[in-house]
Amino acid sequence: MDSQFPIKQSFTKESLKKQFRLSEFLAEKVITSIAFLSIATIFLIFIFVFKESMPLFRFGNNDKTKTEIQASNVGKPESYGASSEELKPESYGAETTEELKPETYGSEPAPQDDLKPESYGDTPKEDLTVPVEDETNAVSQNSEESGKTWNTFVSTEWVPVSDNPRYGLIGLLIGTLKVTIIAMLIAGPLAVLAALYTSCFASKKNKEIIKPIIEMLAAFPSVVIGFFALMVLASFFQNVFGYDSRLNAFIGGIAMALAAIPIIYTISEDALASVPKTYTEASLALGASKWQTAFFVVLPAATPGIFAALLLGIGRIFGETMIALMATGNAALLSANPFESVRTFAATIGSEMAETVFGETHYSVLFFIGSLLFVFSFALNAIAEFYVKGKLLKKFQGK
Amino acid sequence: MEKVLDISENHFFSSKRNASEIKGKLFVGITQLAVILIIAVLAVVLGIIIYEGRSKFSWEFISTFPTNGMTEGGIFPALIGTFILVIVMSIAAVPFGTITALYLTEYASEKSKFAAAVRFSVRTLAVVPSIIFGLFGLGFFIQFVGTGADTVFNGGQLRWGQPNILWASLTMSLLTLPVIIVSVEESLKTIPRELREASLALGATKWQTIRKVVLPGSISGIMTGTILAVSRGAGEVAPILFTGAAYYLATLPGSLSDQFMNLGYHIYIMSTQSSDVEKTMPIQFATTLVLLILTLSLNIVAVMIRSRIRRKAK
Repeated sequence: MDSQFPIKQSFTKESLKKQFRLSEFLAEKVITSIAFLSIATIFLIFIFVFKESMPLFRFGNNDKTKTEIQASNVGKPESYGASSEELKPESYGAETTEELKPETYGSEPAPQDDLKPESYGDTPKEDLTVPVEDETNAVSQNSEESGKTWNTFVSTEWVPVSDNPRYGLIGLLIGTLKVTIIAMLIAGPLAVLAALYTSCFASKKNKEIIKPIIEMLAAFPSVVIGFFALMVLASFFQNVFGYDSRLNAFIGGIAMALAAIPIIYTISEDALASVPKTYTEASLALGASKWQTAFFVVLPAATPGIFAALLLGIGRIFGETMIALMATGNAALLSANPFESVRTFAATIGSEMAETVFGETHYSVLFFIGSLLFVFSFALNAIAEFYVKGKLLKKFQGK
Repeated sequence: MEKVLDISENHFFSSKRNASEIKGKLFVGITQLAVILIIAVLAVVLGIIIYEGRSKFSWEFISTFPTNGMTEGGIFPALIGTFILVIVMSIAAVPFGTITALYLTEYASEKSKFAAAVRFSVRTLAVVPSIIFGLFGLGFFIQFVGTGADTVFNGGQLRWGQPNILWASLTMSLLTLPVIIVSVEESLKTIPRELREASLALGATKWQTIRKVVLPGSISGIMTGTILAVSRGAGEVAPILFTGAAYYLATLPGSLSDQFMNLGYHIYIMSTQSSDVEKTMPIQFATTLVLLILTLSLNIVAVMIRSRIRRKAK
């Protein structure tokens, strides 16, 4: 326990033994516990995002859950949506809105008196009316409604604010998938081919120019890309193809491809560069040309890494919010046409959270969508990580 | 490698070679085209934003408040709001990021399961969609911590249980934590082991070595991380959508419990919810230009510092 230096001149086994020092001990413990924070954060994120969606899981009367919701819900006078329904004549469903504002909370800028957080757009009206009713009522109604909410999840209509709110996630899911597929079809090949060029064919000088330029694309804030898509790309492609809705899945897909390219590029470039030099040299020595080596040796060897890159790209696109909000049109339509407006999961959260009330079913549903997104991106990351670690390492160690 | 190619130029395989060479040229051409396409798109995006934004872009634009229902005037409060956001964010994120990186490089043993878990969570933090951080900020910071603090210290009066700069910054700091951890880790790895060993051999303890030898050597890494994080934080909008950004404020935020205006959020609402999108178009492009200049220049500075670190490591 002595915290002094040993004064003895001759070193014995005893004197060379590690001494207990309080400051050392504390430093290590503090640093370790702070490192633990990042693990804790992941758990906290899941817990708190999921916690807010808990009211959905309190099933009410079981016999009611099985019944058709459409009819039984209409008679409910105490649903919250009533007042706000009048405020939004352009609902999310049927008609595609030309402009990007299905939710009207900003339509009147109201410049001077906008100091409070609850005062953007039409929210205050909701905020003021709900707390008047007692909170317990709201919660109990939630649990009653939860069964119906679950039933509506598998429907296709997303009409969260009405007398008869329907939370059909299918429409949103299809919208999200549509945008993701379009974006990946563009970003995937482009980024991988570009990575192949930089790591296999480009001269060292070219490499030093290309890499930072493409990585600069990663520094573009997504709101800037979304803005560009909204203002420039949308009009441009409408003129070229001549479809009806200016903002659609295709525009959103192109813009998101721009956001995903740097990620896919960087990770696949790393994977390609980490293929052992011996592979390339052996292939060249056997008489294969440079492109044959690149295509038949380097590319297959780096497949796990490229696969991981594509997965992370999908994760990025799936959760991308600002571009989806600005460029996809935000209407949950159910069609396979890429030139129709869509609404993605993330954009739904981003645009509707501001107008919900704490504890409402709509609020819980949005948090539930959030936890779905979190679980999905977590799983993608886990697959990418373990797949790469397992496969790539095994491959290169010759097992 | 060149020699190998020279041999293939021989007449031995020439008939087979021709078809293969054409295919090869095509293949290389396609990959080259991909690179050119990406760079061209990047140039077009940059070019159009600069071209459209330049007319409005001036010192006056940066230093004045928006006027007339945000259809005229500048972006001063949005710029200040962004600055305050990234400063509070850095104060929160840099120490935590640095210490986590220190743990990973200095204390964690190679086979430690705990360190692997920390690494995995850091990577997960980097891929979680930014909107989830916004939800977390709302659910944890505002509803749980803020409302809790209000009921305990403020007697139930609403002060912290609502969106404000502090919660937005803390939310943003979680988002940017991985950026800092990764670049500090990278710079810690470039510090030669001999330096640490020399310090330990002179009788310094581990903590003393870290404080006096390792940390000073990694200052540039911490700086790179901070700059990259600031650049990221200045551009992200989704996490602050419902944790503190305001549509319009007539005054600058006075305390941490105020809301704030933000450049990215300003672009978003101006382009999607403005009363007159056509008329404010130049303002929107100029605001985008300002944000782009901010993030790109920060990135370039960070890349420059980073390449200096790498050169030093070699």
